[in-house]
Amino acid sequence: MNTERENILGRIGEALRLTAPQPGHRDPAEPLRTAATAAREWLPVVEEQTESRWALFARKSVELKTTLVLCDSPSDATTKLLEIGRAENWQRVACHGKAAAANLAASLGLPTVNTTPSYNMAELESCDAGITECDALVAQTGSVLLTSRSGGGRALSVLPPHHIVIARRDQLVPDLPAAYAQLHATYGGRWPSLIAFITGPSRTGDIERILVLGAHGPKKLTILVVP
Amino acid sequence: MSSPLPLSQFKRDATRLSADLTHRERLQTAMGKYQASRQPQQAAFHDWQQARQVAAETKWDALNHLDVYLKEFEKNATARGTRVHWASNSEQAREIIVDLLKKHGAKSVIKSKVMTSEEIHLNALLEKLGYSVVESDLGEYIQQLRGEGPYHFVFPCMHLSRAEISDLFTEHLGTATTHDPEELTMIARRVLREKYITADVGFTGANFIVAETGMISITENEGNARLTAALPRVMISLVGIEKVIPRLADLALFLPMLATAGTGQPLTCYNSMYGGPRQPDECDGPEEWHVILLDNHRTRLLADPEQRDALHCIRCGACLNVCPIFKNIGGHSYGTTYQGPIGAVITPHLRGVQDWKHLSSASSLCGACTETCPVKIDLHHHLLQQRRNAVAQKRGGLEGLLWKAFAFCMNQPVIYRTMTKMGRWTRPLHRWIQGSWLDPARAWTRTRELPPLPAETFKDFWRNRKG
Repeated sequence: MNTERENILGRIGEALRLTAPQPGHRDPAEPLRTAATAAREWLPVVEEQTESRWALFARKSVELKTTLVLCDSPSDATTKLLEIGRAENWQRVACHGKAAAANLAASLGLPTVNTTPSYNMAELESCDAGITECDALVAQTGSVLLTSRSGGGRALSVLPPHHIVIARRDQLVPDLPAAYAQLHATYGGRWPSLIAFITGPSRTGDIERILVLGAHGPKKLTILVVP
Repeated sequence: MSSPLPLSQFKRDATRLSADLTHRERLQTAMGKYQASRQPQQAAFHDWQQARQVAAETKWDALNHLDVYLKEFEKNATARGTRVHWASNSEQAREIIVDLLKKHGAKSVIKSKVMTSEEIHLNALLEKLGYSVVESDLGEYIQQLRGEGPYHFVFPCMHLSRAEISDLFTEHLGTATTHDPEELTMIARRVLREKYITADVGFTGANFIVAETGMISITENEGNARLTAALPRVMISLVGIEKVIPRLADLALFLPMLATAGTGQPLTCYNSMYGGPRQPDECDGPEEWHVILLDNHRTRLLADPEQRDALHCIRCGACLNVCPIFKNIGGHSYGTTYQGPIGAVITPHLRGVQDWKHLSSASSLCGACTETCPVKIDLHHHLLQQRRNAVAQKRGGLEGLLWKAFAFCMNQPVIYRTMTKMGRWTRPLHRWIQGSWLDPARAWTRTRELPPLPAETFKDFWRNRKG
């Protein structure tokens, strides 16, 4: 079994005895730059002010067909979620154990599936919406960053047809490098088994390059932002 | 699998498809849409050219210390309960997979898009052994129903019209005719949902493997890979060894670059990083996760420092989308797992130079591929080097003789002068046999007109002018 490992590593070692020329005719004496440390310098620019970052996130949400709902308070979020639930005639929803998501789900007064370690996948599949918290919102790309810990496991945010995210205003980060820095600060050494950047509802362009939402994952993504 | 030799298959299909106007129109429309969505995304970068340079430097570091980073990946992945396997070639990879399926008593496999599995012809094998294998990416699912490989490794069914897809669904799934892309997508969604719930094993590839944290990163739009990694009890990922990147945060640059170059999006819908099977404090995910690191002759390419950067490839498919050859002959003509310029560069290394050297001649060497590549692979120069290497390895008998004769004639002014004069007399005669079987230059003149020759040679013209 392990012999193949040795064979492959041996071939690699043999191959690397000759050094490849460096990209872009750069001076080999200069230290290499890395994507991890230099990314921000080259990526799309994100402005400093919080207000313009929110404006950018809102603009990205429109492009991505994400519904962004700014709420005045947690009770306002409840009211707005009730409206959505009524409009879509929800019969059953799913959430996870964390306070904000669980409270929001409970306020709907509908049968609820909670993704505890013993939850049933078929029951989750029959839910009309999955309600999760998140780690961060990314202004640069309009993404929701969540993990298996902040998002109630792997399936809750992708199996039901409508994904509801409850986020706080202070969770907006400017760009992807900031998001990765936050991940390291939060989880470094104790990583969850899933980290996901969710950028709009599920989509496909496989048929004649025409955009269709809801290919396999949620057809709708709604982000409720509370102060 | 394919019975004709790669060269004759290539010539046959390329000739047929480049004359197929419907096919060409479809390609042009799809590629036009790609260009229109990519350009604004690329322009939004603060500095796309520098981003390419830094991405190339990061990949250079990863590939030129490949053994170090692979060991680091293995250590970190294993620490989180991931089982790491190593496979030198297709046979070994297939053996590992079949053993795992047997061990778990599995009957059905759901797959997200995995190009490496096309490399090892996994579906055909598993079907032969009686397993149910279902592709879940919409384009791949359509291709599977057609019994055809992917046409383009990012857009698998871009050569099909909605009417053809509707007919295909009617034939295989018994659904009513519809020409609405949304309805067609929902049919596939419904059918595949059931497969997800019942599948025993989820099978994925990876866009990146992260040495620092022992994770793999998967980029997609549909959510099918996320479901594949969430629902079945066992997850298997088949990954080429060249996919490694050193740090998790390197993805902050690679993910938006892959999306921009691949599909013209700022970021694809789902970018998921998986670190291990279900952890003790988690509520779902597979109980076991196996990562198979596949060599399959990648080390042969690694051993060529001149072309090593071809392993930087992040499989965005941009070089196909801009290639004038691809736009004329389409994806299937190549007869390879990886089409277009990148396929023409790596296939001879992966599958044998003499069988696949013709692909490097299917290029105008215009350099559009090199210019568009997000990780700065010197593609068109590699195609040129490939031609040189193929000749150095095996000199063509007749071609070598012809070049020798040509060199001899060009070096003798008397012969050269006589030949250019003779050409003027024989040229009108050639018209009678042009393109026919009697024409020695048939391959060229069948579809092309030679430019008319001036009445006198340059030498004569110069002499007469002075006089």
